Amino acid sequence: MCGIAGLFLKNHSLETELGRLTAGMLSVLTDRGPDSAGFAIYGAGNPGHLKFTLRASAGFDFFALPAKFDLSCTEHDDHAVISFPAEREAEIREVLARHPEISIVSTGARMELFKGVGLPDDVSKRFGLHKMSGSHAIGHTRMATESAVTTQGAHPFSTGTDQCLVHNGSLSNHNAVRRVLAREGIKFDTQNDTEVAAGFVAYQLREGKKLDEALHAALENLDGFYTFVVGTETGFGVLRDPVACKPAVMAETADYVAFGSEYRALADLPGIENAHIFEPEPAKVYFWERAA
Amino acid sequence: MSAAQKTMEHTVSFDLGAAPLRELNATLQGLDSTTNQTAWSVLNPRGGHAIAVGLTAPVTVTIEGHAGYYCAGMNDGATVIVNGSAGTGVAENMMSGLVHVKGDVSQSAGATAHGGLLIVDGNASARCGISMKGVNIVVKGNVGHMSAFMAQSGNLVICGDAGEALGDSLYEARLFVKGSVKSLGADCEVKEMSAEDKTILVDLLAKAGVDAKPEEFTRYGSARKLYNFHVDNAGAY
Repeated sequence: MCGIAGLFLKNHSLETELGRLTAGMLSVLTDRGPDSAGFAIYGAGNPGHLKFTLRASAGFDFFALPAKFDLSCTEHDDHAVISFPAEREAEIREVLARHPEISIVSTGARMELFKGVGLPDDVSKRFGLHKMSGSHAIGHTRMATESAVTTQGAHPFSTGTDQCLVHNGSLSNHNAVRRVLAREGIKFDTQNDTEVAAGFVAYQLREGKKLDEALHAALENLDGFYTFVVGTETGFGVLRDPVACKPAVMAETADYVAFGSEYRALADLPGIENAHIFEPEPAKVYFWERAA
Repeated sequence: MSAAQKTMEHTVSFDLGAAPLRELNATLQGLDSTTNQTAWSVLNPRGGHAIAVGLTAPVTVTIEGHAGYYCAGMNDGATVIVNGSAGTGVAENMMSGLVHVKGDVSQSAGATAHGGLLIVDGNASARCGISMKGVNIVVKGNVGHMSAFMAQSGNLVICGDAGEALGDSLYEARLFVKGSVKSLGADCEVKEMSAEDKTILVDLLAKAGVDAKPEEFTRYGSARKLYNFHVDNAGAY
């Protein structure tokens, strides 16, 4: 099943509310996905700096790391975000590579990505989503069908710098696509079908495609049921499979564009009673963006 | 204080923000055909699923807001009005009565419904009238792909456009489309509008309050080539 929530703010004055509103949407979607949850949130960036969201086993002392690099670090349960001047990326990756207990969950100027096993409310609470602010966020509640219930199998999946993907549905040709992508050097950590979709988008971008072109290529190459929501530094995109098996509802007001697997997830958003509410059409790539 | 309160002389208002959906449905399902309490208003639906399902008393239930999945499902004789949009499967398996959605409806509206009338003022998405078995459906806007898939009987009136594969594997339902049809499904074809068709269409347009002439519509129906196996049709099965 799974649930997807996305919120893209047009009105800057709502930015401090982003985490709270997103957590509320994920909470409603618990009965579409109670086994794990995750979210990507696009907060204020620091010019010339990059962020890594890192994950390690519970109890890992992330603060020991920045001491080595002289970096700022914020800890969120078993995740941490480190920020560093962009020119130090290669150096820091090299050091992190010597710590197999640490995974780099995401990279971005603005995006931070958190996910874990448990009820969406618990996951939101563990990472402190309610207090986070930003311009947009994408979240997911998972009811696993395709692979194990693990943190790695939770969504979102990172597809590149400041990019992530969440998925409701199941892909039927993911093993074949995974083999093709693996030959092209795309690395996979799980047997999860969504990771293949994320890898497919990442591969297309690596080959020079733009994001909308990558999503059109997904329509041609990925077989199965899907509603994808893709987060980017400046907004988000939506794509449903041509049969439109998986639900999607959008709401737009002067203040925001919101995505929910069901309208219920949108019912608490401010001004929803006057929003333009519609279903995105199948096999059509949608984007909402604003100047970075 | 009970969530159900008489707001006017004859309307009982039920607040789904204050009492559970099961209580609403149990109350409505418990009404018998002779009840004097015939007007009900449902507040704060908030997209909840299965609102006002399985009604058998001739009452009018007005839902003030957006409804979720299967709203007014299995309706048998009641009038359900949604002052908002409705999710997947509105009026699914309706037997009789009226369901009127003032906004849009999601996929599979009126699925498998045997009777009654479903009116949608806005658009319906995919699979509208899938496997319909006698219901009348009037959509004032557009319908999505695979509408009237395997539709067996009844009438589907589409005042806007139809998406891909309209009437795929159609049986004997009548389809009337005023706008364009993106493509016809297997075994669906244009038919002559008979006098009987015209009478049915005029009646449904009047009931739905649509100001249009039957001549503006094209009638589609089954070519009946898939009723029995024929090797030349293998590609269409």
